Amino acid sequence: MVTAANNGRRQVVASVDAAAAGLGLRAGMPLAQAQALVPGLAIYPSAPEAEHEGLRRLAGWCLRYAPLASADLPDGIWIDVTGSTHLHGGEAGLLRDLVARFAAYGVAARVAIADTPGAAWGLVRYGLPPSSPTMTEMLLPLPIEALRLPVSICDGLRLMGFDRVGQLVATPRGPLVRRFGAIVATRLDQAFGAVFEPIVPAIPAELIQERLAFMEPLLTAVAFSSVIARLTATICTALEHSGQGARRLDLLFERVDGTIATLRVGTARPSRDARHLGRMLDEKLERIDPGLGIEAMRLIVTRADALGHTQTATLSDSPQAYIAALVDRLSNRLGAERVYRAEPMESDVPERSVRRVPALQCGGGKNWPVDLPRPVRLLDPPQPVETMALLPDHPPLAFTWRRVRHRVKQADGPERIAGEWWKRDGEMRSVRDYFRVEDEDGRRFWLFRRGDGEDPATGDRRWFLHGFF
Amino acid sequence: MFTSSPSARLRELRDQIARIERGHVGAPGKTVPFGVAAVDEKLPNGGLALGALHEIAGAGPDTEHGAAAALLTAGILARMAGPVLWVMEQADLFAPGLAGVGLHPDRVVFAEAGKEVLASMEEGLRHPGLAAVVGEIGGRFSLVASRRLQLAAEQTGILSIALRRSRIFDDPALREPTAAATRWMVAAVPSPPVIPGVQGVGRARWRLTLLRCRGGETGSWMTEACDATGCLGLVADLADGPAAEERRLRA
Repeated sequence: MVTAANNGRRQVVASVDAAAAGLGLRAGMPLAQAQALVPGLAIYPSAPEAEHEGLRRLAGWCLRYAPLASADLPDGIWIDVTGSTHLHGGEAGLLRDLVARFAAYGVAARVAIADTPGAAWGLVRYGLPPSSPTMTEMLLPLPIEALRLPVSICDGLRLMGFDRVGQLVATPRGPLVRRFGAIVATRLDQAFGAVFEPIVPAIPAELIQERLAFMEPLLTAVAFSSVIARLTATICTALEHSGQGARRLDLLFERVDGTIATLRVGTARPSRDARHLGRMLDEKLERIDPGLGIEAMRLIVTRADALGHTQTATLSDSPQAYIAALVDRLSNRLGAERVYRAEPMESDVPERSVRRVPALQCGGGKNWPVDLPRPVRLLDPPQPVETMALLPDHPPLAFTWRRVRHRVKQADGPERIAGEWWKRDGEMRSVRDYFRVEDEDGRRFWLFRRGDGEDPATGDRRWFLHGFF
Repeated sequence: MFTSSPSARLRELRDQIARIERGHVGAPGKTVPFGVAAVDEKLPNGGLALGALHEIAGAGPDTEHGAAAALLTAGILARMAGPVLWVMEQADLFAPGLAGVGLHPDRVVFAEAGKEVLASMEEGLRHPGLAAVVGEIGGRFSLVASRRLQLAAEQTGILSIALRRSRIFDDPALREPTAAATRWMVAAVPSPPVIPGVQGVGRARWRLTLLRCRGGETGSWMTEACDATGCLGLVADLADGPAAEERRLRA
C-alpha cells in the first residue's frame, strides 16, 4: 500500500508501508514506476493535513510520558523525557513501553533517546543499535542526512566528498558556512548540544489549564510557591465545575530565553485538594533551574478522572485521605512502582506467592496460610551453599555460606514444593525440598535442595540458602 | 491547686513538664505494652511510647539482614491497629514472614526508598493516618537525623521504629548515640529441642536487650520469639518450666 501525491505535474509516491518497502518501493519515486514494479498496488491519495493532525493527536497522547511532547512534522514526535524516565523503568523501559503501546495501536514506530533533539532525530532515522557509550561517538559515523539538512545542501556536501557527520565535524566551519549557509553550523551545534533547541510543547486545548505571566521575571522558590498556590486554586475550581479530580499535573516554567523547564506530579487517586497538589509541586521546585528568570508559568491537568462532589473538609481529615496523600507524595518522590502493598497469590513457589499491588488498592483481607513457616527475609536469587547431607530426605548436617560454616543443630523438613509446569515448561518435573534449620548460635535459615534427591530429572541436588527467619 | 498525697502531686508536675517539653498532639503516655510484665515494668508508662522513635538492631552476623529485628518489629506492629508504613532501602522483606507473626498484608504499605529512607520516614511521620512507621536504616544514623524523626513522631503521636542494619560486622556506627527513646538489641539464641532426642524446630528464642531507655531502666531477658499474634513469651527460669510444659501438651 502506498499513498500518492502530486509533485508538480507528475504523481509521486508520498509514503510506503512495510510490505511495499519490502517490494522495493521508496517514497519519492514516480507513481507510474511503482505501478510497473508492483501490479495491483493499493494506492490512496495522500492527505497531508489529516496526517499532520493525526501526528499532533499522537503527540498529545505522548504527554503520558513527559510534560513536553510535540509533533515534528511530517513524520516524527519529540518527547522531552528529562526527569521522568524513572517513572517508566528507566530510559530503556520507557522506550520499550512506548514501542509496545504504539504497536498495540497498529503504529510502527522507531525510537531513539539522546541528549539533544537533533541527535535523537538523526539516531532514530539513521542510527544503528546503541554501540557506543557516548552520544558523540554514536553520531560521528552517521550519514550527513542525519543532521536535518535540506536535500540540496546534502547533495552539495556529497559532491564535495562529505558522507559522514564525523567528516563535517573535523572540517573548519568558515568555508562550509560560506558555501552552504549558517544552517550547517547550526544543525551541527544542535546535534552536539552546543546550542539549545527548545521543544515547543503540544498542549491540547481542551485540557484544564491556567497560565500566569509576570511583569518581572521570577527567580526565587518563594515566589514560585506563591504562584503555584494561585494556579492550583484556579485549577481546582475548574476541576470542581467539571466534576473531575487531577491524576497528573504538569507545571511549565517559561524562561526568559524561550526555553521551558517542567515539573510533573501524579496522584494515586483523583484529587482537587489545592493544598495537597500545591505541596507536591512545591516539593519538586528544587529541581527547577530558573536560568535568567521565569516570565510565565502554566499549570496543566494532563490527566483527570471523575471525582464526585464531596465535602472536602471531612474528606481530608479521614485516615484514608491521609494515607492517599502520603502515598501520592512518596510515589512522586520514589516512583509509583516503589510504593506498594503485598498481596497473597495462590502459588506454592515462594517467589510467586507475593504480588505487588498499588498501595491504595483495597485489600481483600486475604492472607497466606499460617501453618507454613516462611522466612521474614528472602534472598533473591537464592544463594548456593555447600552442604553435607544424607540423601534422600535428610536435612544437611552442616552448610557453608559465604565461607562461614554453620553446624545444623535442629531441622524441620522437607517441605516439598513442586514446579508449576502450567506456568513454565522448564518446571515440568522440577522439585525443591525446603528445610528450616537452626545453627549452633540459634540463627534460623531456610535451605532448599533442587531435586527430590533420587530422580536426577527433578533437579541437580545442589543446595541453596533462600531466606532467614 | 493542692492534691492530697505528695506522689500524686509529683505525678501531676511530671505530666505538666512532659507536656511543656513535647508540645504533644497525641495524648501523652500512650504506649504499646509487650505483654511481658518483666519487660514492661522497665519502660516508662509500661510499654513502647507512641509518638517516639525506637531503635531495634540485630546482633552479630544477623546485623546485616536483621531477620530477628524485623520479626520483633512486625510483632510489635501486629499488636497495634491501623495502617503502617515500612520503608526499606531495597526489597528483601518477605511479606508472608511478616504475616506469620500476625501482621496482616492489608495493613502494610511498603516503600522502596533507596537512599531516601530517612526522608520517606519523615514524610510518613507527618501523616497522622498511620499507626506506625518503620525504617530500615543501613549504617550511620546521625544524631541530627534521629532528632528530626523523633520530633516528627512527637508531633503526630506515631510510633516510629528505626531498624538498624549494617554490612559491617560489629559496626561501631550502631553504638553512636541517637535521639531515640529506646534502643533494643535482639539476638537469636539456641532453642531447646521440641522433644528431646528428636529432630524438629520449635519456637525460636531470643536474647532481648534494652540497651538504652529514656526515663526508664535497661535490662536483658531471655524470651521466646513472637508467636502468630506477635506476642513474646518470657522463658521460665527452669529449662522445662510450667509454661513450656503446658504448651507442649496443647500442641
